[in-house]
Amino acid sequence: MIQIEKLTKSYGRFKALDNVSLGFDKGQAVSLLGPNGSGKTTLIKSILGLVIPETGLIKIDGNSISSDCSYRSMIGYMPQIGRYPDNMTIEQVINMIKEIRKDCTVYDDDLIKGLGIDKVKNKSMRNLSGGTRQKVSACLAFLFSPEVLILDEPTAGLDPLSTELLKEKIMSELSKDKLVLMTSHVLSDLEGLTSHIVYLQDGKLMFYKTVVELQDVTGETKLNKVVARMMQYQLPVNDHVL
Amino acid sequence: MRTIIKYVSLDLLRNKTILIYTALLAAISIGVLNMDDNTSKGLLSLMNITLLFVPLISILFATIYFFNSIEFIELLLAQPIKRNKVLLAEYAGLVLSLCAAYAVGVGLPLVILTKQMAALVLVVNGLLLTLSFCGLALLIFVLCKDKTRGIGIAIITALFFSLLFDGLLLTFIYSFSDYPIDKPIVGLVALNPIDLSRILMLLQLDVSVLMGYSGALFKKLLGSTTGSIYAVVCMLFWVAVPLIVSTVKFNKKDL
Amino acid sequence: MFLRTLITTIFFSFASCCYAATIDVYPGKGSIQSNINKAIGGDVLLIHRGTYKEHDILINKKLTLKGENFPVIDGELKYQLFIVTSDSVTIEGLQIQNTGRSSMTDMAGVKLLDVSHVIIRDNLLLYDTYGVYLQNSHYCFISNNVMLANAKDEINSGNGVHAWKSGNLTIKDNKISGHRDGIYFEFVTYSKIIHNISIRNVRYGLHFMFSSNDIYRQNQFVDNGAGVAVMYSNGVTMIGNTFRHNWGDAAYGILLKEISDSKIEHNLFVKNTVAIYMEGTNRIGVAYNEFDENGWAMRIQASCNANVFEKNNFQANSFDVATNGTMMLNTFRENYWDKYDGYDLDKNKTGDVPYYPVSIYAVITERVPVTMILYRSFLTDIMDQVEKVLPSIIPDQLKDDYPMMKKWDLK
Repeated sequence: MIQIEKLTKSYGRFKALDNVSLGFDKGQAVSLLGPNGSGKTTLIKSILGLVIPETGLIKIDGNSISSDCSYRSMIGYMPQIGRYPDNMTIEQVINMIKEIRKDCTVYDDDLIKGLGIDKVKNKSMRNLSGGTRQKVSACLAFLFSPEVLILDEPTAGLDPLSTELLKEKIMSELSKDKLVLMTSHVLSDLEGLTSHIVYLQDGKLMFYKTVVELQDVTGETKLNKVVARMMQYQLPVNDHVL
Repeated sequence: MRTIIKYVSLDLLRNKTILIYTALLAAISIGVLNMDDNTSKGLLSLMNITLLFVPLISILFATIYFFNSIEFIELLLAQPIKRNKVLLAEYAGLVLSLCAAYAVGVGLPLVILTKQMAALVLVVNGLLLTLSFCGLALLIFVLCKDKTRGIGIAIITALFFSLLFDGLLLTFIYSFSDYPIDKPIVGLVALNPIDLSRILMLLQLDVSVLMGYSGALFKKLLGSTTGSIYAVVCMLFWVAVPLIVSTVKFNKKDL
Repeated sequence: MFLRTLITTIFFSFASCCYAATIDVYPGKGSIQSNINKAIGGDVLLIHRGTYKEHDILINKKLTLKGENFPVIDGELKYQLFIVTSDSVTIEGLQIQNTGRSSMTDMAGVKLLDVSHVIIRDNLLLYDTYGVYLQNSHYCFISNNVMLANAKDEINSGNGVHAWKSGNLTIKDNKISGHRDGIYFEFVTYSKIIHNISIRNVRYGLHFMFSSNDIYRQNQFVDNGAGVAVMYSNGVTMIGNTFRHNWGDAAYGILLKEISDSKIEHNLFVKNTVAIYMEGTNRIGVAYNEFDENGWAMRIQASCNANVFEKNNFQANSFDVATNGTMMLNTFRENYWDKYDGYDLDKNKTGDVPYYPVSIYAVITERVPVTMILYRSFLTDIMDQVEKVLPSIIPDQLKDDYPMMKKWDLK
């Protein structure tokens, strides 16, 4: 569904993405992992068209994204930090996005109800806590039942109950054969959700494997253990390279 | 696009800074117009206030606003809308609310308390200045990555146009005073929207005679309608050019 | 000797009471000229209401022409009207209108040639090229006339009162409008111009050249193309006049050129581009005048010496004083300047620090006029403020050492 071919992006001398090629398909739940500054957010933003790549191509359903913006109607995006105009109410923000997305008339308001957003819809954005803003971002990402969900640190700042609820929602979407791309530092939150893992470091793709494969290789079952093992396995090589 | 403009301006009309700005302008206008029974003197004072504060506040507020909206702009860009539309809608929403502030703060008292053509020109001037300096703020936002640096550049830009430019112009006039420099001066003035707006305003008041005193060309050009049209057209360029450059550059900007 | 005087007196009074006849003139019954020809010195021509299409009416004997209900003498835009060549003629109560325009002769409503003691009063002089034209005439009295014309440019127009090589004239209570110059004096001495109103004339409200020892007071000069010009004269006294709204690229309240030993006092200057412009003037006293809302209250060229400016009020002028010189041989003292922001600690009603009436921006515009393009910009305001604190460019002798803290009451 999403094809990334030899994507390179640098900020000055710093290479955020270095010749990365990847392919994602329907039904996958891909976790993007890697240390800070490894290029995860840049990759997500490239897919969204927020970052313009230097070289390389991104295709969605075979069409390059650089020419047309309509592909974004297929994507629901939940940013890492959600900031909204101070004096708008939650309801106004939701209505605005709905009005922008005139192409879609069927709304998925499971999360709006589940997370209790409809009860505080008249509060203005200025007065919201970081967690509540995060909830609003989640609601907006799922509102139009998109084919692709891109979630940047979806659980950061959410309380455990909401985290569970969000995970359930992601699961149900996955069962509908959607593609989910996410990043998270809290690996346990991704437990049981992830089907594939992409590991980036210094803008380079270290590995892209299914969780099952990784479990086989490392002999571990817990996700954080698996990743820890892989990093140990990878790091000496890197040190050598450096 | 209209949707974004609507929501952005609705948001900004409830913004405290804008409300204070409106109230302050209104207080100054009413004060100045009531203090002097001579309206054209009141208009001159209001002109000075407009020329000093409108560019500074417009560019500063707009720059800060654009940088603060960066996440919101990202969210909008994740929707299937063209980049230019998002940018122009943000600009339009902002400009609408700042213009509304000026229109209410200065325009309304002027309409109520005076009945002069010059008052209308002052309001138009204030609005044009708002438009062009918000455009410059947009350009700063598009070209700068960093908010702090952006604000710094905004302050320098405002200072440049309200003070430094005139200083350079004066130096230029002084160094070339032995040559016929009337024409180049009229051309150079077009490079500063604040000067343009000042001249446009003076042309409406009888003090413009003082300018005509200094040279045949000024008298001919600035004394006629052509002078006013020239100033307005140049002002419109100052609105359009930063906007066009911004949209072109924004297509290449990483967020 | 005494007897002879007595006899003469009796004879003359006898003559005037018995021989002075009143001749009635009606329209269509004999022309004014023919009646003048019939009349003898001392007669009164009573001209009755109606229109008289006559021209070049020559008055060559001592007559009084008196109009009843303003009879109209019409020059049909072709001819000149009255020509007076005898002393002691009086013309009053006539409507003298529509003289011709010519570049060969100066066409006037009333022309006085080499006469004295002529009185022109209470007439309406409408659309005449020249209203009253005096040439080599003395002791004449022009009063209470209305002179109205519709001149468009300086070339094809004439003056309201035009006096050349004359003396001891009195021009009083006239209203003059729409001429080239309201009142024009050339080589006219010992004359008085009093209480006239001269408005909206194409060039000067009053134009004064080579005319010494004249007085003008309580006149109003309003909205004239170039205000008032007083040139190449001395001993002129200007008191209590109003110069209002002489506003334009080259308009002056008063333009003084090569004037000396004169007085300008108790005048009011409001909204003139330049209230007083001085070039080559010496020993003039400017006192008790009010300068309000002028572009420049005064422009003093470097060629001016020993003039004294005292006890004037300067208010709301764009520039108080401008000068192109660096030396200042004139004296300013005890004026009130609204821009003065000094203090008066010793409570003697004059400020303790001197006031410098020439702002830095005024100096700059005087040297390089093009800098006017920066008029009212933020930069020039700041420069003026800075210069006030640290004077460096403005001529430092040009100062008022005793600036008044309060306005003079000049009413």
